[in-house]
Parts: sequence; structure tokens; C-alpha cells
Amino acid sequence: MLVYDKRKLMETDQDRIINDVTSGDYKYGFYTDIETEKIPRGLNEDTVRLISEKKEEPEWLLEFRLKSFRQWQNMKMPSWANLKIPEIDYQDIIYYAAPRQKPRVNSLDDIDPELKRTFDRLGIPLEEQKHLSGVAVDAVMDSVSVKTTFRETLAEMGIIFCSFSEAVREFPELVRRYMGSVVPYTDNFFAALNSAVFSDGSFCYVPKGIRCPMELSTYFRINSANTGQFERTLLVADEESYVSYLEGCTAPMRDENQLHAAVVEIIAEKNAEVKYSTVQNWYPGDKDGNGGIFNFVTKRGLCRGEGSKISWTQVETGSAITWKYPSCILRGDNSTGEFYSVAVTNNHQQADTGTKMIHIGRNTKSTIVSKGISAGYGQNSYRGLVKVLKNAKDARNFSQCDSLLLGDKCGAHTFPYLEVDNQSAIVEHEATTSKIGEDQIFYCNQRGISTEDAIGLIVNGYAREVINKLPMEFAVEAQKLLQISLEGSVG
Amino acid sequence: MLVIKNLHAAIEGKKILRGISLEVKPGEIHAIMGPNGSGKSTLAAVLAGRDLAEVTEGSVTYFGRNLLEMAPEDRSREGIFLGFQYPIEIPGVSMVNFLKTAVNEHRKYKGLEPLSASDFLRIMREKKELVDIDSKLANRSVNEGFSGGEKKKNEIFQMAMLEPKLAILDETDSGLDIDALRVVANGVNKLKRPDNSAIVITHYQRLLDYIVPDVVHVLYDGRIVKSAGKELALELEEKGYDWIKKEVDNQN
Ligand SMILES: Nc1ncnc2c1ncn2[C@@H]1O[C@H](COP(=O)(O)OP(=O)(O)O)[C@@H](O)[C@H]1O
Ligand SMILES: [Mg+2]
Repeated sequence: MLVYDKRKLMETDQDRIINDVTSGDYKYGFYTDIETEKIPRGLNEDTVRLISEKKEEPEWLLEFRLKSFRQWQNMKMPSWANLKIPEIDYQDIIYYAAPRQKPRVNSLDDIDPELKRTFDRLGIPLEEQKHLSGVAVDAVMDSVSVKTTFRETLAEMGIIFCSFSEAVREFPELVRRYMGSVVPYTDNFFAALNSAVFSDGSFCYVPKGIRCPMELSTYFRINSANTGQFERTLLVADEESYVSYLEGCTAPMRDENQLHAAVVEIIAEKNAEVKYSTVQNWYPGDKDGNGGIFNFVTKRGLCRGEGSKISWTQVETGSAITWKYPSCILRGDNSTGEFYSVAVTNNHQQADTGTKMIHIGRNTKSTIVSKGISAGYGQNSYRGLVKVLKNAKDARNFSQCDSLLLGDKCGAHTFPYLEVDNQSAIVEHEATTSKIGEDQIFYCNQRGISTEDAIGLIVNGYAREVINKLPMEFAVEAQKLLQISLEGSVG
Repeated sequence: MLVIKNLHAAIEGKKILRGISLEVKPGEIHAIMGPNGSGKSTLAAVLAGRDLAEVTEGSVTYFGRNLLEMAPEDRSREGIFLGFQYPIEIPGVSMVNFLKTAVNEHRKYKGLEPLSASDFLRIMREKKELVDIDSKLANRSVNEGFSGGEKKKNEIFQMAMLEPKLAILDETDSGLDIDALRVVANGVNKLKRPDNSAIVITHYQRLLDYIVPDVVHVLYDGRIVKSAGKELALELEEKGYDWIKKEVDNQN
């Protein structure tokens, strides 16, 4: 649940984090019974054409999809990650599912009340007056965007924030110029798949010199069974602009695995700054490892302009399997890339996540802070590449990779890769592995704090450096999530 | 309030406590002295509910209830406070957050509403002054990077925040210079109320100059071998423990 009321938050944030947690169950596992339009299972060129047709897309986009599809057919699923991935039958997935409603929603009254209720239940009110602190939300259910709030307010400043489909219709030149420029469809298996079948997602453009006055946020919800979710997000920050962007996601509890393969591209022009935060809470599967989302995501940012900055912050608590490496290409001189991550694997969850920092420009800087938390039978791998190209004079990187283990059946692994082709680079790497001490828990117990709450406190303390990077609304949410996702992991 | 009868406890099969009996009445201060390794910290741990030591025999009642059946967090909420001989560090968890959680858990147990952030901070400020703790300490992570003296003061500060009925202070004076010692002792005295009790575990008579005990016990080899008035502490300071050891060994 997202919390938007900042004033209330100041007063009671910590209390609620500690007290509000009632059960270790996945709270977002409900299913909305809503009329949904689905296409038949399976994937071939006709499927790709059908999706494009349903979305009334221009020819150039269909061509892009078809190229991607052909590329994908010649690719194999990557096997280098430290993950045990069951065979995925790509012909057994539904590639398009949409809540049936008027194709273009102009006012809130056009939205199915059941849909509205769903997002209310998730803590995402679609009514703008409910947003006290001003977070603009693009709500995406299955394959389509349901509603984007605050569009008009933002438009007055020249900021475009809308669903990807609308952007294709209304701002085709922008989409054409930037789409695929950071993550080409040839990039990898899942990026190619996404490029062929992506359904919706968010688009944002912040014009030159504008600081976006509110947090922009996309909330992704998988609802339908047997469907995959393939969204695409494209974020462009023009010169001297600033935007902070949040992404949240949940899905119903199901015994089967569901595929989520997204692509996120960020472009930061000269002196622009983009903060991209994710609280990933897809359904993780049950205690025995049945069901859960396969989360295979390609996220990459290009610091194209001089002095630009892209900062990724992620709190990954959900999904059965996570394969995700939000990266920065530091092309502009003096550009900066950051990656702050907390990844939790409990029960039978697996995560192979990290980042790539590619230093191309001179005087580029990158920071990596990764905090892995493993519990139950969870397997948590950090995989990170720091690459300094020949002309990247005076590049600097600092990496810190910490692992925290709860129990003795889980695992933590780190795979740091380093490729330095310029001798002026300064690259530092630190790594630690620790366990929550019995003595720490007892110390908390002795002050009246239960063991579950003690673990919540200790884990949040461990992850604080990353949590602190999140916008306030998400920080509170993330702390609760961390605690909930680790409940039942000791004792 | 606390009645310990013939308490035996073992750590990893090794007998550490061998029949301890002790009664603490409301308002009393008991000092427990004794050579290193005699079982003082183990006794404190058993009372606080650390499962490291296994109770093999005997009973402990606290306000008429079987203490040994209570979860450690409930013992705390029922008013038992242990000042640790070696306070634990919890990186990344601020003292404010830690204490606020603790205080509100105590309140919840009593059926009270959680304190608002502003009320909590006000109380914290008051108590900080009481124990003369550096303001900055409260913004740092629990015990992380604290000096030995700061850690001990911090224990007293936490005690002040939680207002226990029975405080067990395990060598809170060890490693303190005389100024810090005075601060700690003053804190304890200021917090003392007529119906609250304390068990003060110490090596040194000097703390007992400030915190005057009603009874002094000597713990040796898992047993209380001598109990007397506060003058016993002086005697121990002068003569050491050897004469007691001899006395005990002669009896056996
Ligand atoms: N964690 C432990 N594991 C094994 N033995 C322990 C442990 N803690 C204490 N002991 C043993 O228990 C005995 C009593 O220790 P302790 O209660 O700490 O004594 P004191 O506090 O009086 O110095 C000692 O022999 C010590 O070695
Ligand atoms: Mg001791």
C-alpha cells in the first residue's frame, strides 16, 4: 500500500511500520473478477500483428515488433545467471489481456468501478483529490494502462506523463527517437521478447530546464491468469531537468508461475537528473516454492549529456525468480550513475541481480550499494560489472556488496566483474557477509521487542542506506515490506 | 517481588548455577559480588530469559508468576530490565527508533496507545538529561562505535526510558572512570522509587559508595556463599575473595 499523506506520515511512520504488520501473508494476492479481453495463448507473427492491431499502432511500430520477434526466435534464454529456472513454455502464455472498458478513458467515470476498487485496495487511489502530497500515478492492469492521474497539471509545465500507448499515438516522434536507443531489441532474449509483444507501460518526457514538481509513479498489476506482463517504460529528461520516478507492482497468488519481462529505458541529457525507484513486490510463490512471478527485466539508463545523473534504487522483495540488472551508461563527461539495492529472498525465492556501470565519458562517477538478504532456502546473488573504457579518464567507482543471512539453508553469492582499460581509474570494492546474531535479537527481546519485530528492526537497519534513498512514501512502504517478507524466517 | 528457589542452570551441559536462593522485596537493593566466572552473568541471563542457559532445577517467581515460563520480551514488559555487561551493537538502527519501538511495545502490552513522535522525543530529552548522556548518542545506531563508558551510560538511559520494576545491572560500573561511575550511580539513584528494586552485580565496592545496598551476596562457584549487610562489600574490597573461597572449601 502506498501512503500519500505526508503529514500523517511524520507523526506515526515508525509506529505503523512496527505495529501495522499483522501477518506474513502476501496481502496483495486477491484477484479482481472483471471482464477481460484476452487473445489466445501462444506466440507467432500473427500474435504480434494482433497485438499491434488491437492497439491501433502505426506501421513503423509494427515493423519494430516484427523485427524484434524475428530476432527473438533466433535467441536462447540466457543461462549464465545463478538461477534454477524451470522450463518456460512460451507457447503456453497469453500475450495480451485487457480489462474491457472504453478504449480511451477521458474521465474517471469511464473506468469500471471494479477496477477503481482494485486500485483503492492496493492503496492507489485513481481520484486525484485523494493525492495529498502529489504523486502522479499511471495505473497499469495486465496489458493496458487504466488511468494516468495529474496529466493536465503536468502538461501545463510541458511535462508529458502518459501511458506508452498514448505516447505512441500523441507523441510518435519522441517515442520513435528514443525507443530502443538504450536497450536495443537485439540486446538480450527478454528484451527482444518484450520489444515484440510489449503491451503498455509509461512514457515520460521532462522538457529542458523543468524540475518535475511531483513524484511520477507507475503501478503495475498483473490480474489475469496465464498471462505474461510485458511493459515498457521510456523516460526522457531533457537538458537541465529533474524527475523522480517510482514503480510498484503486485500480482494475485497463483499456483502457476507467471512471466514478467519488462524493459525500462532512461535518457538523461546534459545536466539532467533522473531518480528511478522500484519497490518490487510481485507474488513470490508460497512457502514450498509453488507459483510466483518470474521477473526478467532489462533496465538501463543512458547518461547522454555532460553532467547528467541517473540513480537506480530498488527494493526487491517479491517474485519467485528475479533476473535484473539496472545499469548506467555514463557517456557524458562528468556524468554520474548510482545503484542502490536491497534484495530479499525468503522461502524458495531466487534472485540474481546487480548492475552494470559503463564508464565512457571522462571524469565519470559511479556508486553501487547492494544489500542482499537471504532467509529460508532463498538464494541471493549479486552480479555487477564495472567497465571503464579507454577514453574514460579519471573514472571513479565505489562498490559495496553486503550479504545478510538468516538461517543456514539459504545462500548469498557475489559475482563482481571489473574491466578497466584506463589506468587513471579508481575503483574500490568492499564486500561483507553477516548473520543476524542471537545476541542482537536477545538484546531487543530484553527491551520488550518480539523476535519478529527485532528482525524487522535489524534488517531495516542493515538496509537503511538504501531505504534512505527512496522517496518518503516508498521508504515507509519498503520498510514494512522488508519486515513482512521475512516473517516466519526464524524460530 | 522476586523469589528464586534452589535455582540450577547449565550451559551446554556444564553446571553453572548450583542452587541459588534469593528473595528481593519491593524497594530493596541487592548487590551480588563474586570472582570472575562464578555465574553472576549467567544468573542475570536466566532471569532475563536468555535460552543459552538451561534451567535444570528450582523455580523463580516474579509477582507470584512463574518467571521461567515467560517469554523474554514479556519479562521486559512486566518490568524486568537487564543492564548488559557487554551491550550489543545493532548497526543502522538508531537509538531513537530502537527505544521508540521498545517503549511502544511496553505501552501496547499495558493497553496504552503508542506515544506520538513529539511526546516520545520530549520524554527522551528529559531522560537524557537525567543520565547526562550526550545528545548525539541518541541519533547514532544502537551502541555502534560507542566507547565502553558510553555503552554503559546508554544502558542506564534505556533503563530510564523503560522505568522497570526490577533492574538487574550486570557490572554496569566496570571500565568506568570515576566521573562516569558517578553519572551512572546518580542515574540509578534518581530513578529509584520506593517500590522498585534492583540487583546490582559488581566487582567493586566503589559503586556501592553511591548505590547503597540493603544486602550484599557473594556468589561463588554457582552458589550464594555469603549474604550480609553493606559492610560485607568493604570487607571484600580489603581482603579479596580468597578468604571466602577458603571458608567455602573448608566446609566441603
Ligand atoms: N556462552 C557460554 N558458553 C559456554 N560457557 C559459558 C558461556 N557463558 C558463560 N559461560 C561459563 O559460565 C561460567 C559463568 O560465567 P558468568 O556467568 O559469565 O560469570 P561471571 O559473570 O560471574 O563472571 C563460566 O565458567 C563461563 O565460562
Ligand atoms: Mg559477568
